[in-house]
Amino acid sequence: MTHRYERVIDVRALARVEGEGAMHVRVRDGAVDDVRLEIYEPPRFFEAFLRGRQHTEPPDITARICGICPVAYQMSACAAIEDACRVTVSPGVAALRRLIYCGEWIESHTLHIYLLHAPDFLGYGSALALAKDRRDLVERGLALKQAGNDLIELIGGRAIHPINVRVGGFYRVPAPRELAPLRERLRAALDQALDTVRWVAGFDFPEFHHDHEMLALCTPGTYPIETGFVTTTGGLSFDVAQFEQHIIEEQVPHSTALHAHLAGRGRYLTGPAARYTLNRHWLTPLAREAAAAAGLGEECRNPYRSIVVRAVETVYAVEEAIRLIDAYEPPPSPAVPVPARAGTGRGATEAPRGTLFHRYDLDPDGRITAARIVPPTSQNQAAIEDDLARFVAGRLDLDDERLTTQCEQAIRNYDPCISCATHFLDLHVERS
Amino acid sequence: MSTPTLAVWKFASCDGCQLSLLDCEDELLAVADRVRIAHFLEASSDVLPGPYDISLVEGSITTPEDAERIQRVRADSRILITIGACATAGGIQALRNQADVDEYAKVVYARPEYLSTLATSTPIAAHVDVDYELHGCPIDRRQLLDTIGALLAGRRPALPAHSVCFDCKLRNNVCVVVARGEPCLGPVTRAGCGAICPAFGRGCFGCFGPAESPNAPAEAALLRATGMSEDDIRRVHRTFNVTAFDTERAS
Repeated sequence: MTHRYERVIDVRALARVEGEGAMHVRVRDGAVDDVRLEIYEPPRFFEAFLRGRQHTEPPDITARICGICPVAYQMSACAAIEDACRVTVSPGVAALRRLIYCGEWIESHTLHIYLLHAPDFLGYGSALALAKDRRDLVERGLALKQAGNDLIELIGGRAIHPINVRVGGFYRVPAPRELAPLRERLRAALDQALDTVRWVAGFDFPEFHHDHEMLALCTPGTYPIETGFVTTTGGLSFDVAQFEQHIIEEQVPHSTALHAHLAGRGRYLTGPAARYTLNRHWLTPLAREAAAAAGLGEECRNPYRSIVVRAVETVYAVEEAIRLIDAYEPPPSPAVPVPARAGTGRGATEAPRGTLFHRYDLDPDGRITAARIVPPTSQNQAAIEDDLARFVAGRLDLDDERLTTQCEQAIRNYDPCISCATHFLDLHVERS
Repeated sequence: MSTPTLAVWKFASCDGCQLSLLDCEDELLAVADRVRIAHFLEASSDVLPGPYDISLVEGSITTPEDAERIQRVRADSRILITIGACATAGGIQALRNQADVDEYAKVVYARPEYLSTLATSTPIAAHVDVDYELHGCPIDRRQLLDTIGALLAGRRPALPAHSVCFDCKLRNNVCVVVARGEPCLGPVTRAGCGAICPAFGRGCFGCFGPAESPNAPAEAALLRATGMSEDDIRRVHRTFNVTAFDTERAS
């Protein structure tokens, strides 16, 4: 080495992501030496303080892990506890769970598309800045998001941290006439969702592809939301009961979120692109048509195109919500009893950001003795770091400011929910 | 008069309270017309330097760095409003306050020595002066809009200090305690949510924290009468507003 030249960029503002983190890129002798996504969201210790709580409490408590996808936490918690207590909910309750979860997909995906991600493609710092030029677009996004929130609120009582979800079902189920106005709302939302797919399909997507194994739940006959087998593009398929045998978590010094990998196989990616790649046959015909017209092929391996997949999944969720409302018959009882028993239960559902796994160990009185929660962002962390390393390697000619901006945008492709995994992202690019 | 600036800050939390602002779908653009959103990282990469006219602070203080950062936020803010149970009462992560945080760290992390965390999760008011507090886990978005509207109009926000029971009666809910013997924290919990839990047939679980001057012993007797054990009562107080309800119990 004839000389060393070191530059460090320190930009404390990766905005429009949830949670706190930092990214550290080290470039040595013109090559990317190290990339670390450092999640420094303060640890909140949910798995520790769940111990000693009653088996009925996790839906309300784990909802507080994330304000954007609380329904996902509630649904995975319910699934795991019902598994431990060997209880199966009635088909009516299961349908209502899928319906409230559709609301969360619509709300969360639309939030990410319009408020967090689209401004990158259009050269704006925020949707509010975009609204100064194109108020109609932002109004469309807000209306679509509101349809999702209205659905969660109607069934769950509140859009953030719903109060009507319980182990075994709900406290109260709606009468069909209460859902009728929402159906009209969702008809309008369907047009907005289809317009959204056409809109985002026209964005300029950099050529960038990954080769990670992809993982999602699969439920033959339907697109996976609240249930399924764990399946990967590499051919693995296993029951949620075997999740911990296949998914290994480890702690790394630079992050409060644990890294996960597939045993014997390495990094993998979960989330909308993985769901689409593994399950596109089960989309509704309209959502499939929209996907094809938007240029999505059999699989989606360009992280930039994840925004198109989110838009397609929003179309699906709106259509699925309408179907569920049309088929809705109030279950005979809002909830089935879930008597306490000793045991271990596991549950996984498809959060908007990917597969979300919970496990609870219960004592004979139904007290939790151990809890384990594996959120999608920590599963994706290794794959994101790998993508960023290759991304940076291809852009070393950029000046620091532009590289920083582009890295921020690249991270947003994964819709990282850092609050879940453990808002800002400090970006350090160290060149030597 | 120049357009007032609004800043939104996050400490240890779930993002849900600041998301409440983005969930004001019908009003968000109108609010953005009236204030200059100068710092709101969840929603905008465009950041303006302080000082800021109004700061909304979400989250609790759980790290040494955040204990310093909140001082800078206070110094940069004309009016500082805490939003939500984490910022006003330490939040659910304050459950560590009665526990051994090192033991907690060992349960969750294989290498707890990598962490930088305080033994406690404390509300913002424990560190700096706070002008107004919006309670709730999460806050109510209508209350947030009312508060911003009041400040823009130059008046004090009208924030309730009475209990959920008042709102429950106004909503014509059937009392879940009287009619069904369900345990309910409504009599000692601050109003603001719209009494949603009783409207859905379940008892209030106290996510807005204690109302002003609650009669805690009478409430505890009411809970016992519905069949709750002492342990159940302790747990229901020690969840979303653990430090706030514990203050009440100690008094």
